[in-house]
Amino acid sequence: MNDFSYTQAATAKEATDLRKATPAGAYIAGGTTLLDLMKAHLAEHPQLVDINQLPLKGIEQTKDGLRIGALETMSDVGEHPLVVQQYPAVSQALLLAASPQLRNMASLGGNILQRTRCGYFRDAAFPCNKRVPGSGCPALDGDHHNLAILGVSDSCIANSYPGDLSVALTAFDAVLTLEKAKGKQRQVPLTEFYLLPGNTLQRETVLEPGELIVAITIPAATHAQRSTYLKVRERSSYAYALASAAVGLDVQGGTIRAARVALGGVGAQPWRSREAERVLTGQPATEATFRAAAAAALQGARPREHNRYKVELAQNTLVRALQQVAG
Amino acid sequence: MDTEPQFFETNAAPGVVGQPLSRVDGWAKVTGRAKYSAEYNQLPGLVHAVLRTSDVAKGRVTSIDASAAQRQPGVLAIFTHENLPKLAKTPNNPEDQKAFASSPMSFFPMASDQVHYAGQPLAMVVADTLEHAQYAAALLKVNIAAEVPTASYLDPKATSYVPKSVKGTEGVTKRGDAQAAFRNAPVQLTATYHHATNHHNPMEPGATTAHWEAPDRLTVYDTTQGVSETQKTLAAMLGLATEQVRVVTKYLGGGFGCKAWVWPHVVLAPLAAKAVGRPVKLVLTRPQQFTGMGHREEQEQTLRLGATKEGKLLGIVHEKTSTTSPWDDYAETNSRIINMLYALPAFESTYHLAKASVMTSTSTRAPGDMPGSFAIECSMDDLAYQLGLDPIQVRLLNYAEKDPTNGHPWSSKSLKQCYARGAELFGWSQRNPRNGQTRNGKLLVGYGMATASYPVHNSQGNARVRLYADGRAVVQAGATDLGTGTYTIITQVAADALGVPPQNIRFELGDTILPTTQWSGGSTAAGRVSSSVYLAAQEVWQKLIKMAVIDRKSPLYGAKAADVVMEKGRLQLKADPGKGEAFGEVMKRASLSDVEGTAQGRYGSIYKEPGAAADANMNKEEKDAAAGYSMHAFGAHFCEVHVDPELGTVRVARWVSVMSAGRILNPKTARSQVIGGSIFGIGAALMEQTVRDPNLARYTNADLASYHVPVNADIPDMRVDFIDEHDPHVNAMGVKGIGEISIVGVTAAVANAVFHATGRRLRSLPMTPDKVLAAMRQPA
Repeated sequence: MNDFSYTQAATAKEATDLRKATPAGAYIAGGTTLLDLMKAHLAEHPQLVDINQLPLKGIEQTKDGLRIGALETMSDVGEHPLVVQQYPAVSQALLLAASPQLRNMASLGGNILQRTRCGYFRDAAFPCNKRVPGSGCPALDGDHHNLAILGVSDSCIANSYPGDLSVALTAFDAVLTLEKAKGKQRQVPLTEFYLLPGNTLQRETVLEPGELIVAITIPAATHAQRSTYLKVRERSSYAYALASAAVGLDVQGGTIRAARVALGGVGAQPWRSREAERVLTGQPATEATFRAAAAAALQGARPREHNRYKVELAQNTLVRALQQVAG
Repeated sequence: MDTEPQFFETNAAPGVVGQPLSRVDGWAKVTGRAKYSAEYNQLPGLVHAVLRTSDVAKGRVTSIDASAAQRQPGVLAIFTHENLPKLAKTPNNPEDQKAFASSPMSFFPMASDQVHYAGQPLAMVVADTLEHAQYAAALLKVNIAAEVPTASYLDPKATSYVPKSVKGTEGVTKRGDAQAAFRNAPVQLTATYHHATNHHNPMEPGATTAHWEAPDRLTVYDTTQGVSETQKTLAAMLGLATEQVRVVTKYLGGGFGCKAWVWPHVVLAPLAAKAVGRPVKLVLTRPQQFTGMGHREEQEQTLRLGATKEGKLLGIVHEKTSTTSPWDDYAETNSRIINMLYALPAFESTYHLAKASVMTSTSTRAPGDMPGSFAIECSMDDLAYQLGLDPIQVRLLNYAEKDPTNGHPWSSKSLKQCYARGAELFGWSQRNPRNGQTRNGKLLVGYGMATASYPVHNSQGNARVRLYADGRAVVQAGATDLGTGTYTIITQVAADALGVPPQNIRFELGDTILPTTQWSGGSTAAGRVSSSVYLAAQEVWQKLIKMAVIDRKSPLYGAKAADVVMEKGRLQLKADPGKGEAFGEVMKRASLSDVEGTAQGRYGSIYKEPGAAADANMNKEEKDAAAGYSMHAFGAHFCEVHVDPELGTVRVARWVSVMSAGRILNPKTARSQVIGGSIFGIGAALMEQTVRDPNLARYTNADLASYHVPVNADIPDMRVDFIDEHDPHVNAMGVKGIGEISIVGVTAAVANAVFHATGRRLRSLPMTPDKVLAAMRQPA
């Protein structure tokens, strides 16, 4: 780990000003992912700005939906009655992730910004196009059994966001409030927050240097209340998803009025499948419909030798999740 | 002792041997007072060494630019192959190796510019703080002319060969004509089994703290399973006499075989300490643990099994192919258990190796027997289904009443009772004989079982017992406690042997200044150390009895020593227990504050054969022949799995293990051992695998987030039971080890349950969701 300075910011203005002065610095909240990256020399920041004193907490109903402060911890949000009742998939995604110790420390903003768990990215001894542009991607012909099959490029097949929360947030149309400087806020839907690996592999989100995630807002909806998050992994806890599905259905009289579908573990980013939603909407809530939706969701999959199973696994995961919410 | 070894019968009533005494070191551990080898931080002037290891798996170091690192504050020394002090004897020299008691591979890094595996140490930085050393190590600019590595035996570039021998077993062994037996057998089964690379991953990583107390006196606090072996090996490598090196390991945070050996870091720490003139601590990082202390090699086995139509075995032909290092012909000897587990008339085994750019693999909990049992126990299950037999029935049909490899009787064997008790506890009779028939909602439910066995390896060692007149005692043996309960069980044995309560015993271990005993490995420690301590206590009694019978003031004056016994700390006449006195009285009259006894305990076939013990050149078979008995622990595992056929997940829902391993000294610590071994095996069955990149030969998941070991949520309530065994042949305590047998058969029990659940046979470990889904696509 390199030497770095550490400053506790008292206000958002102080925080964004500090970052403006040192663009190579970083914000630190729970630190559960940033410190790992710094210890492995994958991130080398000269300055850390501690934002834990900032007033970015609170879980409240607003006219736009449930607004959650970015500094709320995974545990607190996952167990919050409003989240449990109105957005069960979000609660489940939080509580199925990481370990209790990590969930107690990790902030929601930090969770949204976690980076890929691709073994080649995480070990600086390997070439990696994401880390060192043009150095190559050994994962293509190597260990990619848990890498992405949707939205991948020829130079990177990492699931840039390996976690769970953003999968659920993506499904339920969550919007991030970002703040670059005092009074300079913007709203970005989560579906537009992550960037697919194109020519800018290192740029994974639309977040600008020094910009802070201050809140997450999730619109209220019937399909969000009737939702679930299903996660398939190699062990029962403390593992990233091989495939996961966040789904919500509004079913009336056996017919699907509205549907939300997002997949995790299989996409280069949290994978909202509007194709699946289109197939579901207006159709009877039957296994045949769910199967057709799953096929549509994986239509564009580009699997390789060792992650080919994910096509079937993701489809089955999605069907199972839909069955669970359809009841 | 001048009498024949006596078999332990407890002197205390009720004795503490066999009772579930809680760990005597538990309080020290939970309060942090237990000092592990990386925690001797008060040593004067202690500084820190950090290794810089190779990014690439093959090549030549062209330069290491240390200028930036050298300028960092606190940096005391930087070592590379260009300036590392030379070893007096080195693993790189086959002649030198003969002097080593514990050398795991024929290679020592930083002796030349050659790079043979990713993670090989290339440089070592010593600095005043850990952080300074780490940062400076990161600043070293290492330039390597990389070459194309070979990743494993599966690499198209790899060439396989049949070695002359692996681990003392010949490359090809034959008993009878197994090829013909298979060829002519009415029932023939052929199957190939794959096993991923596994790592031990003890919670405590490898760590060595070296302190030169004088130019000719070195003390090393090391994470080792054998202080004495480490002492002898370090002394030889550093050019010291054995007595000039002291090795201390008071507590160990798990070993599992990887800490049985002197790996490079154990030698590098004292070299660094000598050079900088200060104590040096070197702790492997978790990623370095994956390339610093060996692993269980990836391997495949093909088993050809011939049987009669009734299900009796006629012959087995076994072949194993695995990866080894550029220097060693190393493979786990899987054939041992396949050869001996059943009444098998003919057996042939061949080992194939392929050299690759990896370090030498090493002993990993039940080396050979663990993966070997996967092959034989899945094939026995196949045989049962093919012939419509119950899996237990097919095993009973082939029950080995004597050792098929040499015709010797077993010293004891209670495997039938293990099957029966296990079946009863598990509810095996509820099993649907047909596979793929039991559902629980969307889940497929399956039952599986497998046999376990592990040999009694010969070993010996010394112990000292000092009994004080006030009824307290100090007991010593240079053993190690891997965290498994050695402190506790030896305390119990000493308490009963001395007739005093366990709280009066202080048992000291883990130091070469204590009586020499062999390592804790191969499941030998419990039997060997307990026997040594018990026999040393007998010597204390013999001394006291001899004093009493010539002491005019003793009620025992004039009695024959042979007529006097010790009962609950009292010396008394066998025939007239009322006549006697407390041992303290004898000591007080003689003005002795204490009486000391020492003894050598022997474990295995050498127990009753001192002549055979002296002949170090005898192999196990010859020693068995001398003793006339084959010695093994036996057991059985039973398992229920729930398989999700659409999501590919396998969860163990119920578990029963029944073990017969001689006398169980403490059912609580023994149960923990069996649970631990079973969970270790469930990990290997369902999730553990270290992946080496097929082109770069570097691990892609060298950390505990991506190398999956089971978590609590993966493990159900586990039922463990023991079959009491009286075995007077294995050692004076009648104890067989249980550390390793507990993992043997586990992977097969799980795979057999998956077969019962799904009708699909998975022969590649671990059985991850991708493999389950692939199997489900095949017809049942």
